[in-house]
Amino acid sequence: MITPTIRVQEAGFDLGVESARLTAGRQDIGGLASFVGLCRADDGLAALVLEHYPGMTEAAIGRIAAEACARWPLSGCTVIHRIGRIAPGEPIVLVLTASSHRAASLEACAFLIDWLKTGAPFWKREEFADGTSRWVEAKAADDAATARWAGSVL
Amino acid sequence: MRVLYFAWVRQKIGLGEEVISPPPEVRDIAGLVAWLSTRSPGHAAAFANARTIRAAVNQDFATPDHAVAPGDEIAFFPPVTGG
Repeated sequence: MITPTIRVQEAGFDLGVESARLTAGRQDIGGLASFVGLCRADDGLAALVLEHYPGMTEAAIGRIAAEACARWPLSGCTVIHRIGRIAPGEPIVLVLTASSHRAASLEACAFLIDWLKTGAPFWKREEFADGTSRWVEAKAADDAATARWAGSVL
Repeated sequence: MRVLYFAWVRQKIGLGEEVISPPPEVRDIAGLVAWLSTRSPGHAAAFANARTIRAAVNQDFATPDHAVAPGDEIAFFPPVTGG
């Protein structure tokens, strides 16, 4: 079983650099799926501020990634989640999954981002141009998206 | 016992963490919430609607019936919104 790369960081990331890093020197990877979550400028949003639970965050992502590796034959997996202040247009989260064939990489990528939304301790606060701010509320749709991966041990 | 607060739970209580010694009859998360609610108006406000609060015991998600013990790291926070 592979060891997923997991990073929680304030700095941004580059999809191309991370993709190249995951596939460098490999000739067994037939499919590389990626998901990049970006900060939208909804309702005059000036920035998103992401808070997390240091220690538990990394452990929770590690369990989710290990579950993905147990369910699908992955040959590579990278999860990067940013914290701190993020401006509209900037990336927030990256999921990369590599496998011999496309189905495993695509399905594992969707599984990981669905679980990251509901199973990792991050909280988003929206800051607006007028100086107000509000905490983002959890969405029932996200719980439903996670629930479709029935039978998870998580 | 160390208790951590995140997001609006932290803001309402006005603390990121505190070290507490609840009485022995506090045996689980639900009991701890009831006891913490009496500590200050901020605590009471944070825990006013228990359905909106999630908990972790030693960095693992925990339900209200999960046992708590001296030496545990407990955390309270809103439903998560990452990704």
